[in-house]
Amino acid sequence: MPKDVAVIGVGQSAFVRGYPGSIRELAFEAFREAMLDASIGVKEIGASVVCSAPEYDRQRSPSGLIAEYLGLNPQPTFVIENVCASSTSGIRAAYSLIKSGLHDIVAVIGFQKMSEISSAESQERMGRGADIMWESPFGTMMPAYYAMHARAHFEKHGSTERDLAMIRVKSSKYGMLNDKAVYRGEVKLEKALNAGVVSSPLKVYDCCANADGASCVILANRDRAVELSPKPVWLLGLGAATAPMNLTGREALDGLSCARAAARQAYQMAGLQPQDIDVAEVHDCFTIAELMAYEDLGFAGPGKGVDLVRNGETYIGGKIPVNVDGGLLSKGHPIGATGGSQVRTIVLQLRGEAGAMQVPGAEFGLVHNIGGVGIYSNVIILGR
Amino acid sequence: MGFERFGRKSFTSQTKVAAFVDYLDKGELRATKCNNCDQVFFPPRADCPNCLGDGMEWVEVEGTGSLVSFTQVNYAPAGFEGDVPYILSLVDFGKVRVFGRMRSDVPQEALKVGMPVKAVICRLSDGQVAYEFLPAR
Ligand SMILES: [Zn+2]
Repeated sequence: MPKDVAVIGVGQSAFVRGYPGSIRELAFEAFREAMLDASIGVKEIGASVVCSAPEYDRQRSPSGLIAEYLGLNPQPTFVIENVCASSTSGIRAAYSLIKSGLHDIVAVIGFQKMSEISSAESQERMGRGADIMWESPFGTMMPAYYAMHARAHFEKHGSTERDLAMIRVKSSKYGMLNDKAVYRGEVKLEKALNAGVVSSPLKVYDCCANADGASCVILANRDRAVELSPKPVWLLGLGAATAPMNLTGREALDGLSCARAAARQAYQMAGLQPQDIDVAEVHDCFTIAELMAYEDLGFAGPGKGVDLVRNGETYIGGKIPVNVDGGLLSKGHPIGATGGSQVRTIVLQLRGEAGAMQVPGAEFGLVHNIGGVGIYSNVIILGR
Repeated sequence: MGFERFGRKSFTSQTKVAAFVDYLDKGELRATKCNNCDQVFFPPRADCPNCLGDGMEWVEVEGTGSLVSFTQVNYAPAGFEGDVPYILSLVDFGKVRVFGRMRSDVPQEALKVGMPVKAVICRLSDGQVAYEFLPAR
């Protein structure tokens, strides 16, 4: 079990609708919290990795601007972008920078001000999130792709709209406990089942909450981590994989092949099995994505994810608590910040600092972060 | 040029496979096939990732496919608002899979995963050209 690189500081802004400040100020909120958490000064940071999906930014090349505002000149900085999986890809890059010996400490800053662009601009960009030559001309958008995966899962495995609604009920329960979540309301089963259809069979509460937000994760090599942190949380396993963007290239739609491949790599590197994981953060941009993640990560066998849902096994106290911070569904999904926020949640869990959301005695945690509809995947296993 | 005529709204005009649109004009849905290794591609492509060749011929996507999945979209991105609701579908023709829309007069209640589906060519009112799916009997 490799203990070469550890998280020594985590931070996150509140995830909100319509952040009333600039992107630099938003990023600073997460950075300040992570720096105070790590108890280090800016000169200790050897490099920064800035993660953001550029279609939402007015600022061209935001890394230079963010590094300046955070006080991280003259250290090197660069942007890593993998849409919704940007900040875990940033963590993968930071891990490499540290493991290679180039830098001792690296800060990964993820942010997205989704409200930076107008609703009309957002509508225009929505259609270009797919293969623009062969899919977008039909009027595609993200919910439609996940809806097609949902339909395929229903048909093959007997899962239902009710199972998906139950996943949202769980997210809302924990979102209510998370003071950084954008959606703090309760979603009862009937409310979720009776909501308007966005793209059949997905309804309003099957879709995650858009939000503005930022996250920051500070990583250090073994020596610095042990020296600086009373509770370092180690990156024990990292997996990353891709799958065709165009749906015509997918073998099947009842799961995400890139997630299965990334999970396999991460478990192997960590020397752990799915049953060793005590708490997980999965990429629930839509309820069906969480259901597929249970199976792709091996928490349930193929088609058996519904058993976890129906038996309440993904609540705290269940076999494998998942997204007990509200997930993307309730906590919110500021594209570039999401992966770093997921890592922060797991780090707090493993340190025993998750408050009302704490999974007692959690020793190993897992993060599953997906970019696009299963185009990019990162799976990261962390441990004390 | 030429590819700007594909679909309700095309996002690009230049591609080496723009002849795809010319075939649609003739009422044919075509894929490309690598001259060197015989792999068939849909969407059509100019370059083969298997053998790195760039010699392609156009082959027709024929017969009946199987409906892999579908969804009825009730909210559309910019440029497609006038079309909602519409049904996006993925159809497996054996050698290739094809992504597109169901014909607008087909209700989603009439659809079932695994059912036989065929592709037909359609002309849109503004000169755009595309293909769409229909349940096959
Ligand atoms: Zn070839």
